Amino acid sequence: MSRALVDLSVAIGGVQLRNPVMPASGTFAEGLEKVVDPRRLGALVTKTTTRERRSGNTLPRVVERPGGLINSIGIPSQGVADFIATSLPHYLSYDTPLVLSISAPTAEGFASLAAELTVPGVAAIEANISCPNIEEDGKAFAMHAGSTEKVTRALRAATMLPLWVKLTPNTGDITEVALAAETAGADAVVVANTFLAMAIDLRTFRPCLGNVMGGLSGPAIKPIVLRQVFQCARVIGIPVVGCGGISTAEDAIEYMLAGASAVQVGTATFIQPAAMTTIIDGLEQFCVDRGISRVTELVRGMVIEDGEPDRPLLDSLA
Amino acid sequence: MRARFDNLEGAAPAPDGAREVCPPAPWKASAAVELAEVVANRAVNSEYRHLVLACGEVPLQAAPGQFFHLLCPQPPGEQPFLRRPMSVYGVDPARCQLEFLYKVTGAGTRGLDTLKPGGRLDILGPLGLGFRLNARWRHIVVVGRGAGLATLAPLAKAAQANGTLVTAILSARRPDLLVSGELFRRHGAEVVTVTDSELTSSPSNVERLLRQLIAEDHCEAFFTCGSSRLMQVQQRLAREFGLPGQIALEQQMACGLGLCYCCVRDFNVDGEIVSRRVCCDGPVFDLIEALA
Repeated sequence: MSRALVDLSVAIGGVQLRNPVMPASGTFAEGLEKVVDPRRLGALVTKTTTRERRSGNTLPRVVERPGGLINSIGIPSQGVADFIATSLPHYLSYDTPLVLSISAPTAEGFASLAAELTVPGVAAIEANISCPNIEEDGKAFAMHAGSTEKVTRALRAATMLPLWVKLTPNTGDITEVALAAETAGADAVVVANTFLAMAIDLRTFRPCLGNVMGGLSGPAIKPIVLRQVFQCARVIGIPVVGCGGISTAEDAIEYMLAGASAVQVGTATFIQPAAMTTIIDGLEQFCVDRGISRVTELVRGMVIEDGEPDRPLLDSLA
Repeated sequence: MRARFDNLEGAAPAPDGAREVCPPAPWKASAAVELAEVVANRAVNSEYRHLVLACGEVPLQAAPGQFFHLLCPQPPGEQPFLRRPMSVYGVDPARCQLEFLYKVTGAGTRGLDTLKPGGRLDILGPLGLGFRLNARWRHIVVVGRGAGLATLAPLAKAAQANGTLVTAILSARRPDLLVSGELFRRHGAEVVTVTDSELTSSPSNVERLLRQLIAEDHCEAFFTCGSSRLMQVQQRLAREFGLPGQIALEQQMACGLGLCYCCVRDFNVDGEIVSRRVCCDGPVFDLIEALA
């Protein structure tokens, strides 16, 4: 089978994508175009926009740890008016679906921002109700099913655009939160944002981040978020977009087998800026090698045997 | 719900008109990610190492003041996760070589220190906005300290190519830690060295040297890196004499491409505090606007 015969396209909550690979919000901006052609990506997902201009958190905003990084950027935003005037036309110039990430302190704030950004050319709204760097102590709407349902309902009433809701892994039962988002009218959920985390400098006894706490991302979190994607995809009917430590095509495939209909790549781009296109190529090659004609065949493709599996003889494992 | 989106598509078609206003140009990478080959990696003194890489065409476009984001090898027992920004020390297009001068200070540079000739280093660049030289300038002054001397070094060749004379005031803790002096001299610059151990590096002494150069009409612009105290001296003189200046600044970075906003610094732009990203709005900034 040749590459041309593989259909990489997927549909995520009303948005048709040429392939299932897109940036995680916060890790894509115009600068990536120095290294990556945005027209190759499944979608463009912007950094989170807020109504007002925000400067972000105190420095340092990032600290590395084995297998990942903790960030406390704090959503610096140019404000929605400037975003619409300067950034939006640029992103709309590409023939790639544009997903706008938004954040607000209240459900009403989310709704009015979504309404203002419901403009021609925008493919979907991604509600970032899960950033750990905004509220005190890392609190976020997506920690609870009730607040998730409330904010999603307000958003649903405010926009006709496909609505993706980005969940947090920092919650007791993520499936309850995913169900709440679905019930309230979300068209897809993104699983998940970063893990609330921290690090301390042993020379100074000071926190490594100006904000003390931040969000952990990178390969270190992949197995945990993979499990959450699996759990969510089992209980909801809307698509799950997997996001958490994806660095390679193998990671993306694992997420799709667990139940993700598409994937977002974030931290990997900081290490290898062309990570997304490398993943797209690898995904296509994997399908060729395995004789898979549609990438959607991978979604929820994990095989769980009933009963005792047939174990290979020990010597064959040598 | 699906039907609703179909309706939306019918009611609000994609803005083809808007797309025609700014047609996307054919995409071309302006920075490269490549595995450069290590040609040499030698100690130049007790603290600094000189790394020479053989690389492809895009990295060789690097201008003075630009930087590369290096994926450093893991030194024993440490796992640097992020790339490390490193300003360019030299570019030799004829030999397809890129040079860095680095001080071993953390996990990343300890990793660089393990590189051997024939080995490979994953480089991303050139990145950022470098120094801007005005060909009309007859004489400029370069003031650097410590690792900042490596960042300023490529100015020597670029200024010489413009026919601009350079006076370089190079500062370090001790004479043996002064780097780039030979490089500046080779490109015709006049070099003045000041050090802590010789008690010549105080801001007041550097100010005295600078006032002398200004009086001799040998300073049409300042170029600086590596010391906030020396920056403040130059800012004061730049205001007093109405001289332009540029400063290369450092900041911890994650992506290096302007995506993450980790590397922001505040600048004073006509009395207003403005936050800018060192990786893509700099690392070279207007001297007057920089804040210590």
